[in-house]
Amino acid sequence: EIHIKKPTEKEVNPHLLPGELLLCEASMVYKYIQEDGSDRGTYGKLVCTNFKIAFLDDDSAPNENEPQFKNKIVGENDITLQCVDQIYGVYDEKKKLLTGQLRKYPEKLIIYCKDLRVFHFCLRYTKEEEVKRIVSGIVHHSQTPKLLKRLFLFSYASAAPNSTDGRNQTVMFDTLEDWRYELERTKGNVKYKAVTTNEGYRVSEKLPLYFVVPICISEESILKYEGRGIPIWCWSCHNGAALLKMSAFLKEQDDSTSQMQKAFLDGIYKTISKPPYELLKTEDLSSSLPSLQDIQTAYTRFKQLFLIDNSTDFWATDVKWFSLLESTNWLEIIRRVLKKAVEVAECLERQHTNVLLIEESATDLCCVISSLVQVMMDSHSRTKSGFQSLIQKEWVIGGHGFLDRCNHLHRSDKDEAPVFLLLLNCVWQLVQQYPPAFEFTETYLTVLSDSLYVPIFSTFFFNSQHQKDINTSGESLKIQSGPFRFLTVWDWSVQFDPKAQAFLNNPLYAEKPKPDKSQRKTARFKHQRQLSLPLTQSKSSTKRGFFREETDYLIKNILGKRIGKFINSSDEPPNSFREFYDSWHSKPVDYHGLLLPRIDGPEIKVWAQRYLRWIPEAQLPGGGTVATTAKILELMEEVQSLQVKMDEEHSQGTLGDVHSVLVLRNSARLSSLFPFALLQRLSVKPALPTSTWKDLEDEDDLVKRDDEFVDLGGEML
Amino acid sequence: MASSSTPKYNSNSLESTSSKRALNDGTNWEQNEEIPRLPGETRVTDKDVIYMCPFNGPVKGRVYISNYRLYLRSVENDPVVVLNVPLGVISRIEKMGGASSRGENSYGLDITCKDMRNLRFALKQEGHSRRDIFEVLTKHAFPQSHNLLFFAFANEEKFSENGWMVYNPMSEYRRQGLPNDRWRVTFINEHYSLCDTYPSLLVVPYNATDEDLKKVAAFRSRNRIPVLSWIHPETQAVIMRCSQPLVGMSGKRNKDDERYLDIIREANGQISKLVIYDARPNVNAVANKATGGGYEGEDAYPNAELFFLDIHNIHVMRESLKKLKDIVYPHVEESHWLSSLESTHWLEHIKLVLTGAIQVADKVSSGRSSVVVHCSDGWDRTAQLTSLAMLMLDSYYRTIEGFEVLVQKEWISFGHKFASRIGHGDKNHADADRSPIFLQFIDCVWQMSKQFPTAFEFNEQFLITILDHLYSCRFGTFLYNSEFLREKEKVAEKTLSLWSLINSEKSKYTNPFYTKELNRALYPVASMRHLELWVNYYIRWNPRIRQQQPNPVEQRYMELLALRDDYVRRLEELQITNNSKVSNSSSSTASPSQIVSQVQTHF
Repeated sequence: EIHIKKPTEKEVNPHLLPGELLLCEASMVYKYIQEDGSDRGTYGKLVCTNFKIAFLDDDSAPNENEPQFKNKIVGENDITLQCVDQIYGVYDEKKKLLTGQLRKYPEKLIIYCKDLRVFHFCLRYTKEEEVKRIVSGIVHHSQTPKLLKRLFLFSYASAAPNSTDGRNQTVMFDTLEDWRYELERTKGNVKYKAVTTNEGYRVSEKLPLYFVVPICISEESILKYEGRGIPIWCWSCHNGAALLKMSAFLKEQDDSTSQMQKAFLDGIYKTISKPPYELLKTEDLSSSLPSLQDIQTAYTRFKQLFLIDNSTDFWATDVKWFSLLESTNWLEIIRRVLKKAVEVAECLERQHTNVLLIEESATDLCCVISSLVQVMMDSHSRTKSGFQSLIQKEWVIGGHGFLDRCNHLHRSDKDEAPVFLLLLNCVWQLVQQYPPAFEFTETYLTVLSDSLYVPIFSTFFFNSQHQKDINTSGESLKIQSGPFRFLTVWDWSVQFDPKAQAFLNNPLYAEKPKPDKSQRKTARFKHQRQLSLPLTQSKSSTKRGFFREETDYLIKNILGKRIGKFINSSDEPPNSFREFYDSWHSKPVDYHGLLLPRIDGPEIKVWAQRYLRWIPEAQLPGGGTVATTAKILELMEEVQSLQVKMDEEHSQGTLGDVHSVLVLRNSARLSSLFPFALLQRLSVKPALPTSTWKDLEDEDDLVKRDDEFVDLGGEML
Repeated sequence: MASSSTPKYNSNSLESTSSKRALNDGTNWEQNEEIPRLPGETRVTDKDVIYMCPFNGPVKGRVYISNYRLYLRSVENDPVVVLNVPLGVISRIEKMGGASSRGENSYGLDITCKDMRNLRFALKQEGHSRRDIFEVLTKHAFPQSHNLLFFAFANEEKFSENGWMVYNPMSEYRRQGLPNDRWRVTFINEHYSLCDTYPSLLVVPYNATDEDLKKVAAFRSRNRIPVLSWIHPETQAVIMRCSQPLVGMSGKRNKDDERYLDIIREANGQISKLVIYDARPNVNAVANKATGGGYEGEDAYPNAELFFLDIHNIHVMRESLKKLKDIVYPHVEESHWLSSLESTHWLEHIKLVLTGAIQVADKVSSGRSSVVVHCSDGWDRTAQLTSLAMLMLDSYYRTIEGFEVLVQKEWISFGHKFASRIGHGDKNHADADRSPIFLQFIDCVWQMSKQFPTAFEFNEQFLITILDHLYSCRFGTFLYNSEFLREKEKVAEKTLSLWSLINSEKSKYTNPFYTKELNRALYPVASMRHLELWVNYYIRWNPRIRQQQPNPVEQRYMELLALRDDYVRRLEELQITNNSKVSNSSSSTASPSQIVSQVQTHF
């Protein structure tokens, strides 16, 4: 039924953040509720600011049932300018992509968002002048190239001085101390050192201020080729084997230059293949993994499957869903990346070799693989603070070019590639395969991916530490108000109140048994707690014992002919990976030990919460894993209240406060994609496929047969 | 009671790798405790073989064959490889290689199973070593082809529960509030004289006489007249099931049938049209006219609306499952998994069956309209649709016992031809009558339980166990094609019911997350985005794919439950001691039972 509410003349004003300016607006805009293909919707005002596009409902009566999970910065009908993916105008029922200058103004505006929301706005009832202003305003501010200093990040930072302490559990890796702690934590400090060579960015603007290299590497070597050809430490395994990364030399035209570079590299390899260093294995990621272009192409196709206009669209694509998914290649890329990470883990864990990841810049796939390896091998990276520290270490300080890869400034489409999203997708596979192993939830990963497009945090809005540093002072931007104190995304209280933050914590997380109290008392530093290494000897001994003999043999072998020799990845027998993988999977899982993803075809899944959350047809009211999670939370609350009662009984009558844990009330009414996509549809009408059955091409003869060939005039059984 | 003396049968570990103690003497298995035997199970033979394990390579072992199972245990013990295969699972036994075959392990037996796996055994080439094992296996795996009885008739297990008591048609209809002033119970089929594939007890409109029913039977394929399956407690709309009308090429009409459908329509006082769901694709329904069948035409049934649900026939389903097996056994298609899966069409069929059932359920529930469901004979697709719609509408069927009743009622008593579809004990592996219709139904149920993990009292193990014993022939439950034949063979007297096994050990099959919810229609989303391949069933033999057991989420929940119970108990104890301490001064302290009841109200 068509149900169009009467527009009401009422002044509604957008909620503006500090530093946020209203740029243009239009009233009498009709926003469709994307539900059952009907024309239902609401009238309201569409505004565009220097931060977001927002739709303000005319009768925005205070919501009786305030959602349990709400973002304080970006509302349900807010789209940050960086979150806009594509804008289409509808002219006479035809969709046309809007990019630059417009000659004609559309009657309908469709905004596709990077977090996969789809907004349909009807402009037919809006004054022509306002249509012109709002459409060109939105297109201009969200789709055209921008200067860095015009990012909302700076307006916000100057208008809202950062009063938060900024110190939380996350290690930021912007100080020498942070690196030293990390070395100490992983016991890498015997063979690796944190260096200050890049102070003042003398080595390279691409490298962080501080980083870690093998002790035997000299300052001159680091400086020689701006850090290229230098193995940079990522992480050390419990057995001493280390994960390293290196920025490769570019192809040189000049023969003598390339000869010199080769000699330099040989020297480096020799140095770090000598004792006490382990045998070195190199892994050239640019040749063994899909290119950034492949990744970008795959994701572009993939996300298109989830930007659904209406119900008809949904069911039409449902028929060929699996082949559509496969043709995007996105899941296959995830599988290959996970497989590569398992291969690297195998070298570190079983073969006891150092692994050197090589990539041109060492800031894209290197980040993905090294992060994944650490998530798999270091249970500290599976805690919230540990994971955040890891992102800081490998990505933010590590120099992943967020600004370019996300194309936040719309300056160059060719640099765009969802590399960080790829990591989150891979981590999600692990999270859903091993629910008790992670301190955070899939909701955490989803909101983290959403935060990529919220320009009030500096975390994802610079290409490197250097770029952030020079822009923080404000001088290079010729802005008076510097130096800025930016917010970090890891301060989740900026986006979520405590109640909503509870959704980021996994109630199933099997916490690691805490070290006893005497040890904790001596802990002085914030990282000390993690000093004992993730792979506890006692727990994983059986698992590793399986390989012990072999490892010993390998070590002996290596000690004999180690000098001047390093293995290349191709030397390895191909089945050693499979053997490692199978043998690990045949044993019970230790959630605090090594964690290997299952990578067979049926195991790699679509991250439903992130990709399907805004599609009404895809919701299961009262279903999904949230239903079981709610039960667990309910029970936890009960256990907790019993605990309180016990304490009371013990102390005879003193009433303690009952701290309530997160409880999902009335779980039967929650959507499977909770905490997103709150159920608007309260009817119990089932979703029914509307598309028709496709032909069974090759089975025509079977299809035409009847169940049993019996002439019904004939005999009975 | 039986569990202590009977070896435990763990259906999920029909093949398992464990590190148990070594066998002392493999030849003397009468005394060997490690070889499981059911009461009534007798040894037949044993032999040294090489099990050609597709995952771990050749395994030297000894195979023990009884009248119930094939059991293999590896000679080497690290790790011990065990195969435990009920002979009923075997679909086909072939000899591979000849006496002169070259190559290692090329001479032996190749066994195709009904449960998504194949077994290969290599034997010594000299002395026709496989002849007797082949003959023994063939004889006991296919007793029907050798004039032997099913093992179910020899089974002497004892259970604390009697599964044959689970389903009593009269009490099930009473549960539904029947009979009432519009619907009556008829005994017209008491001796299966009206319809030999229907149960003896039927519910029909009050306003239709037994004479009317006989006339209608003449116009319905195999006399399967429209009878009531389920009635909505509020709308009084009903789900009726039947077979196709005998319209034929000439477009025959039958006044009694037309009137009968109108009586059904009027029974819940509905003014709108009666909805008929024909499960078949339109073209097939038309084609059926050639053999005397057809569908309800508009002219003859002006008060009815007909919809085709486009579900394919048993042959299409059989081929689809065959293709599925090809991509999952022994090796899972790796790089093009999704398109391979799509090309089997298995999940598309699941989607269509679920979509059909949702339509039926929705029409009865929110459309408040009675529906008639049929396909050709009304024992395959019809059973799928009515039972799934009932599962969606009536939460009783989502309990363990309710589901057993549902299977007993809609499938077993209404003549789903289990014997023909499964081919119990029949050597004719290529029989065109075989089809995985019931498996498809269980898969649909699994899809629903996966989408709604708190809505079902039973767990995945329950469904897997049902499927294992669909083939095993250990119980009488799924034997024979109809109630009539089952009575003739005295199945209930001479065999045990699968529900005895399950109900005697209910906790094993219980879903800890189950939350009882009355009267909530449960509609799954029949979208490929949510349908999944049931890996734990179809790919369970593959150690690489096998999923974590027990499920860690479930494990955590059980831990919490234990913790809660522990607290409740300790709290009770504490309060008793505290109460006795303060009993003189105060009597207002809550008693332990009050605390406990408070705790329970949380749920």
